[in-house]
Amino acid sequence: MEEKFGVPRDPSYLIKALQNIQTKKGYIPFEDAVEVAEYLGVPLTRVFGVATFYEQFRLKPRGKYVIRVCQGTACHVKGSKTLLDFLRDFLGVDIGDTTEDGLFTIERVACLGACALAPAVEVNGTIYGKMDPDKLRELIIELKEAERNGEQKN
Amino acid sequence: MASRKIKSIEDLKNLREEGLKKWEESLKSGVTFVVGYGTCGIAAGADEVLNAVQELASGSKVVKVGCIGMCWAEPLLDVVYPDGMRVSYMAVDRDRAEQIVESALKGEVYEKGIVGVIDLRHELFGEPERQFPYPRLWDHEFYKKQVRIVLKNCGIVDPESITDYIALGGYSALAKAVLEMTPEQVIEEIKTSGLRGRGGAGFPTWLKWKFLRDAKGKVKYLICNADEGDPGAFMDRATIEGDPHSVIEGMLIAAYATGATKGYIYIRAEYPLAVKRISKAIEDARKLGLLGKNILGTKFSFDIEIREGAGAFVCGEETALMASIEGKRGVPRPRPPYPAEKGLWGKPTNINNVETYANVPKIIANGGKWYAQYGTEKSKGTKVFALAGKVNRTGLIEVPMGITLREIIFEIGGGIIGGKKFKAVQIGGPSGGCIPEQLVDIPVDYESLTSAGAIMGSGGMVVMDETTCMVDVAKYFLTFTQAESCGQCVPCREGTKRMLDILVNITEGRAKMEDLHTLEWLAVNVSKASLCGLGKTAPTPVLSTIRYFRDEYMAHIVDKRCPAGVCKALVSYYIDPSMCRGCSLCARNCPVGAIYKEGNVFKIDQDKCIRCGSCVSSCPFGAIKTEGVA
Repeated sequence: MEEKFGVPRDPSYLIKALQNIQTKKGYIPFEDAVEVAEYLGVPLTRVFGVATFYEQFRLKPRGKYVIRVCQGTACHVKGSKTLLDFLRDFLGVDIGDTTEDGLFTIERVACLGACALAPAVEVNGTIYGKMDPDKLRELIIELKEAERNGEQKN
Repeated sequence: MASRKIKSIEDLKNLREEGLKKWEESLKSGVTFVVGYGTCGIAAGADEVLNAVQELASGSKVVKVGCIGMCWAEPLLDVVYPDGMRVSYMAVDRDRAEQIVESALKGEVYEKGIVGVIDLRHELFGEPERQFPYPRLWDHEFYKKQVRIVLKNCGIVDPESITDYIALGGYSALAKAVLEMTPEQVIEEIKTSGLRGRGGAGFPTWLKWKFLRDAKGKVKYLICNADEGDPGAFMDRATIEGDPHSVIEGMLIAAYATGATKGYIYIRAEYPLAVKRISKAIEDARKLGLLGKNILGTKFSFDIEIREGAGAFVCGEETALMASIEGKRGVPRPRPPYPAEKGLWGKPTNINNVETYANVPKIIANGGKWYAQYGTEKSKGTKVFALAGKVNRTGLIEVPMGITLREIIFEIGGGIIGGKKFKAVQIGGPSGGCIPEQLVDIPVDYESLTSAGAIMGSGGMVVMDETTCMVDVAKYFLTFTQAESCGQCVPCREGTKRMLDILVNITEGRAKMEDLHTLEWLAVNVSKASLCGLGKTAPTPVLSTIRYFRDEYMAHIVDKRCPAGVCKALVSYYIDPSMCRGCSLCARNCPVGAIYKEGNVFKIDQDKCIRCGSCVSSCPFGAIKTEGVA
């Protein structure tokens, strides 16, 4: 059987198809949404309904490094808001936005489940525990440095 | 070995023997190093430890295991000696790893930083436990009061090895159920055990299974809810990362008992390691014929598929979860019809959570009566909690029902960080409530927690101290539920929004007394009128904090101050010029450069200050004061 987007032709795989697209491209481009709708035989409105309902999906490109600050309870009582305030201030962009150089996007994430190491921050899948603004600043500087030297971190 | 199929109880026994023999050989062959490699461990630096060990002990066996629960002590490195003594070291870094490995390779024990030892021969082969010249790990204050049933294998076995699981008696409960018991007998055994839903609501598991068994229809589904969306909870993640086969075996037994034909595990995409481990476990079980057609040579067939959630808290609600598996927006629908009647794709369906399923193999193997010896009259067995927040020993714990909160927080958890004053413990996440200090001696069971204004919930337990503002906590949870409301029904969509507006006003000093009454009125009515569990329980954190911490609400509303010093609009930092010695430590520590020098002393630019408090902890002279704090 023909398989596209890594899923069988069955509308119940819509979420998986979108997840696969996002893993590959970082977000869901409009053209891909149209193609998924055609392939799975569902209206385009349903594709967008699903893509906007779930927190995970992005409809616009993100930065090379996505910094996600955990919003779990343990992280909250241990100061995750300070981390967000710091990031906004230090990178000069708001939550959900990307820096002009296309390097960093700030995001919130519901709970990473690393509560015992609160507050936690995730950068491209790597979790950093017991963070504070100082460590965060060092991390960003390190990433920028690596970028300048043409290395890929995380 | 993985290519052959298990077709009978003899095949399973043979595989178990082989597994045990393998362990025996592995012990004899020299020291083995074990690295705690759950999400927490990795975040704490387990990779550095792993690399160090692999480099220094290139000839030795290195095993990665899931979480043993001691998140506070991560990264963990264990050494298994040929005699079966397993020594656990805490807070290991590269340097310490080098010293530990060096001693171990010489057959010696590095004596610094040992948390405790386990007699692995006792754990693996059931031999009588021996005394070693080091403290027993299970006697550590963190473990002494724990009873590990669900977590028994976590941190002990390699979660990616089905042979390890089988060697420890895994899948023998499945064999017992399928070969020796009728489905009715299995359900009866679960009834005797008293097991209730560990997702939080506490519905008797056997009754749910009976509903599905009695439901008409050829196609029936079984779902495992692993969409652990409660912020502050990580029990299910750790269980799947540490012992994925126990969940699969539990689902298989449930499928046999209920007549389900296909299973789905709905798991959060935010847990990539758990997804990876459960996927591998399913594949391995399928290769051995433990999943698929004619399991153990019988007529019983069952298979499991994984569906990843995409970040919607409401999908923890069973009808929303089913909509999501169907590839739709995760919007709940009214019940009845209940899933046992009309569930996934309109077919009879049963949903249990990870921990519920993980309990099942142990109950079938040891008997319902054995399980029911733990716990209280109405709440049997154990419960896994994710202990986090302002407590010295954070981690994953499993305790018998009926234990008091005091025992959990002050004995297992080792009390409050920095000797600060304990204020409250939040149980049950956004659907739960805060239990204050005066109730810290209540037993942990479904009924006691509910009557105290909290819920058992799935097991998140966040400890709060005097520096936590309870109004801010209520605002935090409501911000969460308000954002996660699916927007379908008005009381939840609009009600939580208005409640949040009021809470924001209170924390920013703009509220009047009548707003507090409106807040309480709204809370009661949102709870009554909402369609699903999300809306019904969203007001609980607000109601419970008003119930126990009304004075804090009053301080914000009447005096315009935040007693805990958290609500930023009501607090500002300044430097007392008479105490400042001009050492510049605060300015160097300020992450946003808000501190500048004027004359001989330093000052804080209030517009730049983000009120993180790092200057307060950096000042050696106590010159930095806060305004607005009692």
